Amino acid sequence: MTGLTAIQKVVSRKTGRPRVEVGEIVEAKVDFLMLHEVTGPLAVEQFEKISGKLWDPSRVIVVFDHDVPPSTIELASQMRRMRSFVRKHGVRNFFEIGRGGIAHQVLFEEGFDVPGFLIVGADSHTCTAGATGAIGIGVGSTDAAVVLATGEIWLRVPETLLVEINGRLGKGVFAKDVALSIVGKIGSNGATYKALEYSGETVRMMSLSERLTLANLSVETGAKTGIVQTDSKSIEYAEHYGKCSGLLEVRSDHDADLEKIEMDVSNLEPVVSLPHSVDNVKPVAEVEGLEIDQAFLGSCTNGRFDDLHVAFRILRGRRIAPGVRLVVSPASVKVYTEALRAGIIEEIVRAGGIVTSPTCGACLGMSRGVLAEGEVAVSSSNRNFIGRMGDKKSRVFLASPATVAASAVEGKITDPRRLLA
Amino acid sequence: MKIRGRIIRLGDNVDTDVIIPARYLVTHDAEVLAKHVFEDYYPEFRVKASGGAIIVAGENFGLGSSREHAVIALKHSGVKAVVAKSFARIFYRNSINLGLPALVIREAEGLDRLKDGDEAELDVANGVLTIIKTGEKFSCDKMPEFIMKIIEAGGLINYFLKKNG
Repeated sequence: MTGLTAIQKVVSRKTGRPRVEVGEIVEAKVDFLMLHEVTGPLAVEQFEKISGKLWDPSRVIVVFDHDVPPSTIELASQMRRMRSFVRKHGVRNFFEIGRGGIAHQVLFEEGFDVPGFLIVGADSHTCTAGATGAIGIGVGSTDAAVVLATGEIWLRVPETLLVEINGRLGKGVFAKDVALSIVGKIGSNGATYKALEYSGETVRMMSLSERLTLANLSVETGAKTGIVQTDSKSIEYAEHYGKCSGLLEVRSDHDADLEKIEMDVSNLEPVVSLPHSVDNVKPVAEVEGLEIDQAFLGSCTNGRFDDLHVAFRILRGRRIAPGVRLVVSPASVKVYTEALRAGIIEEIVRAGGIVTSPTCGACLGMSRGVLAEGEVAVSSSNRNFIGRMGDKKSRVFLASPATVAASAVEGKITDPRRLLA
Repeated sequence: MKIRGRIIRLGDNVDTDVIIPARYLVTHDAEVLAKHVFEDYYPEFRVKASGGAIIVAGENFGLGSSREHAVIALKHSGVKAVVAKSFARIFYRNSINLGLPALVIREAEGLDRLKDGDEAELDVANGVLTIIKTGEKFSCDKMPEFIMKIIEAGGLINYFLKKNG
């Protein structure tokens, strides 16, 4: 018998069987379920049709993040509905406005992303949890409703595509450039229904924050989830912050049946995804000089402390170009606080940027930085579909936080290596 | 289970942001969502779908956001089924879960012969799409038995109630 893939190991454990096979449809037990104010109300409505009782209030997480604080009456009402659900069912893990941030960041900070845990979220970027070896699977509201009632989900055990990344990243090249390059290489449909698994020396050198960026973009290849193989960093996370102990070692066996691709990133340059698809990845050099209207730094992909810090290094002593706005949305209250303490927020504001409350906001064109017709944005977020950040005739170029900050200073798409000391 | 509708042809990589932009995710009221379906990308869609439609699309239909609102918007604007070369996984699940059949069709079936506006019939259980006027038949992959049961029940909630009723 061949060895097991990482995902097979976790799913086996969650079904209470010694071994599940790739392609099998199984019912797996969920460790945590996450809802937010956009997909949550529909999940709750569906849940109430089938059950009056939550499977386990201690395993349900409710976060407000998409439009925080709400900018419309409708969203305020959706939040009110979610608060009443939280109260009625005694949901323990509720992150109110001002107490949390973007769901995927909150899950990480609060120690839910335990290696080997199965986390289901009513949000496509739930795969971010894979940074620490948890299995994060994004679903819609009705799937979430059934989990609320039963604590179980039906899953097809996915094939694994192992992405081995080697080489030391050059100056001005970041995890985001690696992640976008992977999406470019695999394509937006290349890993559909599969699990991505990340290994190699580049990944081992990455901080957990960088791994969150890597895991986060997995869904843009169509993957069900993206798992960074566990090592001392993820195990240390589990021991210090983890809600409880998990499987710890999450990686495929050497003789497991899987596909593998290798990448050498030693010569990788800063890249951008051109409109209107994430897999349309080109070196920054190809579009350098293109004038922008807005630069957005934030999202579950790149709104963390180190993302703000690299922007700070570029903005220090400079000013944002006239006619350009820089919108910064820290990924969480914790990130915001740390950035305040480090003087980063002050420097962003001094340079002419605007800092919003922690929220998804501009990433999906919901609030706080929506684009008008014909406008061009460079963004550290994760999607550049038609109309994603506002008007259908706006254009979004996805890039690293460094490229975003450098472009804000120059007023046009800029290779950050020129501005990084 | 047989479904009739006019074919609406769409290309590859139709994402859920274009099906229903985020600015409308402030509600899951089906009427409101249907009113804005494909608003930026294909404004005539709603009128074309209103009498009953079968979408025939290319690769990776429904990629992106997990918003189930996309399926609600399609269903309530008159879409009866989606046939595509491939589906993004969350959309696929959402579609099944809300009882909207989603079938995979192979390129070899000659998709070019499926014309926008043609009246067609889809035999969901057997995976056969027939053009009414010419009688020409196209085969789709049959949906797995487990998924077919959810579709027959009218979606995951009804399936759950039946199973546990």
